[in-house]
Amino acid sequence: MSLQSTVAEVLDREHVFSFMTPQSTAKLNVDKNVLLYLEGISVSFDGFKAINDLNLYINDGELRCIIGPNGAGKTTMMDIITGKTRPDTGAAWFGQTINLLDMDEPAIAQAGIGRKFQKPTVFEFLTVFENLELAMAGDRAVLKILGARINGEQRDRLDEVLELIGLKELPHMRAGSLSHGQKQWLEIGMLLMQQPRLLLVDEPVAGMTHQEMDRTAELLTSLAGKHSVVVVEHDMDFVRSLAGKDRTVTVLHQGSVLAEGRMEQVQNNRKVVEVYLGE
Amino acid sequence: MFLWRIMKDDRGGQILLALLAASIVLVPILNGLPSDSALHLPTYTVTLIGKYLTLALLAVAVDLVWGYLGILTLGHGAFFALGGYAMGMYLMRQIGDRGVYGNPELPDFMVFLNWQELPWFWQGFDQFWFAAIMVMLVPGALAFVFGALAFRSRVSGVYLSIITQALTFALMLAFYRNEMGFGGNNGLTDFKDLLGFSLQSNSTRIGLFIASALALAFGYLLCRYLMQSRLGRVCVAVRDAESRARFMGYRVENVKLWIFTISAMIAGVAGALYVPQVGIINPNEFSPLNSIEVVVWVAVGGRATLYGAVVGALVINYAKSYFTAELPDVWLFALGGLFVLVTLLLPRGITGLLRSKEAV
Repeated sequence: MSLQSTVAEVLDREHVFSFMTPQSTAKLNVDKNVLLYLEGISVSFDGFKAINDLNLYINDGELRCIIGPNGAGKTTMMDIITGKTRPDTGAAWFGQTINLLDMDEPAIAQAGIGRKFQKPTVFEFLTVFENLELAMAGDRAVLKILGARINGEQRDRLDEVLELIGLKELPHMRAGSLSHGQKQWLEIGMLLMQQPRLLLVDEPVAGMTHQEMDRTAELLTSLAGKHSVVVVEHDMDFVRSLAGKDRTVTVLHQGSVLAEGRMEQVQNNRKVVEVYLGE
Repeated sequence: MFLWRIMKDDRGGQILLALLAASIVLVPILNGLPSDSALHLPTYTVTLIGKYLTLALLAVAVDLVWGYLGILTLGHGAFFALGGYAMGMYLMRQIGDRGVYGNPELPDFMVFLNWQELPWFWQGFDQFWFAAIMVMLVPGALAFVFGALAFRSRVSGVYLSIITQALTFALMLAFYRNEMGFGGNNGLTDFKDLLGFSLQSNSTRIGLFIASALALAFGYLLCRYLMQSRLGRVCVAVRDAESRARFMGYRVENVKLWIFTISAMIAGVAGALYVPQVGIINPNEFSPLNSIEVVVWVAVGGRATLYGAVVGALVINYAKSYFTAELPDVWLFALGGLFVLVTLLLPRGITGLLRSKEAV
């Protein structure tokens, strides 16, 4: 550590000294009611600051919508939370005890963070049932999955999710032959099988009809409470219907939080209007 | 029953195993018929089929990693050759003092090079059990180290194919050197007997044929067992959407490492059965071209079916034997043409033709 950074750390009044920050442990602890902490995160690609001093807190059981124009850093933020991208600076904690920056993608997924991609990615060669089976929470060690069988309880859970995502009639259909909307739903179903504490959902209604959108909104709202859900979305109508009157909406712009609050407040925020309407 | 459980959805595999069982019974009988009988099967042919079966086992090993896991390996010939060398070293030690120089301890090429004593890595190869372990251990260990380095650093796609080529090419150059102590460019040959049975005798050749058929059957069952389990479905998931599998919590690199290592061990066994039947192992077996040819067999037979790999290996090797004997100049064109045709017209290989009816 250079002298300069040592001095900078000693003089930093926003954080405790690094030797005093708790080491990460495997057990999730949310007794302060905050599930995800992102603090002072910055990341740049070839000099371009994709994320710039981002601070974001997600409460346990909350449904949070994140909106922002293209290039605001929404997907990069998800990449950081799920371990795909390492930030240059900052801290990311899952609960009070799990340091996400120490972990890789599988470890983060097993700790309880599930992610749905922008483009629906299901395993096209496998059937709907097999897709859900692979997503099912459980031990992922090679030898364990070699001998794994589905027991009655898991079978019930699979049927339940199949019903929920409206694919009950098609369990043995190749996922590749599903329609776009059905693939989106299957991927949401796979997330549910993982039973994550935190769901990151990237543009879930892209390519959906209005009916499907309504059902998706309904499903996501019903998940909040048991899980925390973070939805990244472009479609303002959908966000409005998700956020309702009293949920928090966060607006990202150029890699940091521009505004945060209820939908109504955010919509009337001058800065937000400027960014969106280009005044 | 266990066998039933893993084979019940695999028509092609059932037919393959039935044919293998029938050949184990019929081949010795047909070979025993008087030589003027129309059904007589010459020993030469028996050995030829035995050789094809070992190549088919190699193709199954490649299908396991390429067809199901999407790792286009262009270096599996290296594991095959290493298994072959381990068997060759045992066969060399069995020659004893019957070599040209009559040295009871040292193989001929070492005497020729004026070596005074057996190098440390030749110790133990006078015991069959030791050689049998090495046949699997050496390719397995190499695959494990190679895979651990490559998969941990997430090398994949065409880059991985290139370094597997480099691996087998480097081994070929190394084995060409006399100082390596594996017989240089002549390799290991002039084998006399295996477990005390003369390699020239009819019964030994039939025994080797049966061993090859059994090895292919067991290798097939092992791969089938792996691939019909949830692990097999995870492999397909990794093949089709690797990052999705990772975000789902699967340690992709461990899955790849295990399957790659198992596949290398199967290839090693295939090599070990190949060597006594052809009577020689030399560094040409490491040639990058050989490994590419195996991939062509699998593609022609049909990827991700296992039995397709067997069909491809048998068809192409039979064609190769036929063309190189009848029309030697045409063979490479025929092979190239076949590959182009299959890629254009039969993306699922020969067996894909049969499966198209039952496809979903």
